[in-house]
Amino acid sequence: MKWEFSNDAPIYAQLILQIKVGIVSGTFSPGERLPSVRDLAMEAGVNPNTMQRALTELERDGLVYSQRTAGRFVTEDQSMIDTAKRGLAERHIQDFLAAMGQLGYEREEIVALLRQETGKEGITDGGAGM
Amino acid sequence: MAVLECKELTKRYGAAQALNHVNLQIEPGRIVGLLGPNGSGKTTLIKLANGLLTPTEGEILVCGNVPGRESHACVSYLPERTAIPTWMSAAQLMDFYGDFYQDFRRDAAEEMLKRLEISPRQRIKQMSKGTREKVQLIMVMSRAAQLYLLDEPIGGVDPATRDYILSTIITNYNPEAAVIISTHLISDVEKVLDDVIFINQGQVVLQSSVDQIREEKGMSVDALFREVFKC
Repeated sequence: MKWEFSNDAPIYAQLILQIKVGIVSGTFSPGERLPSVRDLAMEAGVNPNTMQRALTELERDGLVYSQRTAGRFVTEDQSMIDTAKRGLAERHIQDFLAAMGQLGYEREEIVALLRQETGKEGITDGGAGM
Repeated sequence: MAVLECKELTKRYGAAQALNHVNLQIEPGRIVGLLGPNGSGKTTLIKLANGLLTPTEGEILVCGNVPGRESHACVSYLPERTAIPTWMSAAQLMDFYGDFYQDFRRDAAEEMLKRLEISPRQRIKQMSKGTREKVQLIMVMSRAAQLYLLDEPIGGVDPATRDYILSTIITNYNPEAAVIISTHLISDVEKVLDDVIFINQGQVVLQSSVDQIREEKGMSVDALFREVFKC
């Protein structure tokens, strides 16, 4: 998994987001055991305490759960993963709408443009990476 | 108990005020960035903690003791300049550390040297600057200390080596210990820090957690530093 960080948000919040994307996209599959906090922290190049905090919050949301001695696992509850996926999609859409609004587009124009763009050949299969 | 505690700590060099009534407490389990422009007092504070300097006024306690024999046993120190005997080989250096420090984990040092493909038989003298810095850091991080004081650990090395050094720090420190990293290369260390201390003209101007700064100010520590210390 590739980890990237921007400068404007807390690191733990960015970790939560990236792990969520990992779960939704199947990098971490349902029921899979996650690497240890230390290993994940090393991989992401972050402080172990920060990684711990991110995982604790994901646990509180129910996307991961821990078993006392065996470690941390991704939830097997598909509906929960779907909800997370929907939440991430909404964020992207809000960001997109905000950016388009800044350019001066009205809602109907945006929808029309989207239709036109997604109607173009080669993009219809959803292969465009978001 | 705090691993490092300063109470009204003051250090003057003649008329020059290096540290001016500094109060701080560093708790175990934290990685702390000691950040400040050149000449702000970072190295003075670290030297005081090592007993290489004595306070003009006030007090500094390391693991509950005034710096001295007891505190040396619990502090692992990486000085600003390479201070290892260059005629030694890496293996001799490990013997040397093993003789001096009860908490030296030779197996950990050997493994790190191996991973970096540094031969224990090679002499320090024959190593490049970057390799010397890595070897010295390996020695320092191979101790099971309670406080690691790292003065500019990433100053003179390339970005890839910087990443290696930082990952060595986060994977090798004992979670019951505290790590203090002094540097002005903030964007490089930001991700590995729990807390930061901004120091300027001998005074602590800010002590906060990295994520608190990002949350409250909406900017990175690096950006905040540039704002606070704008010339």
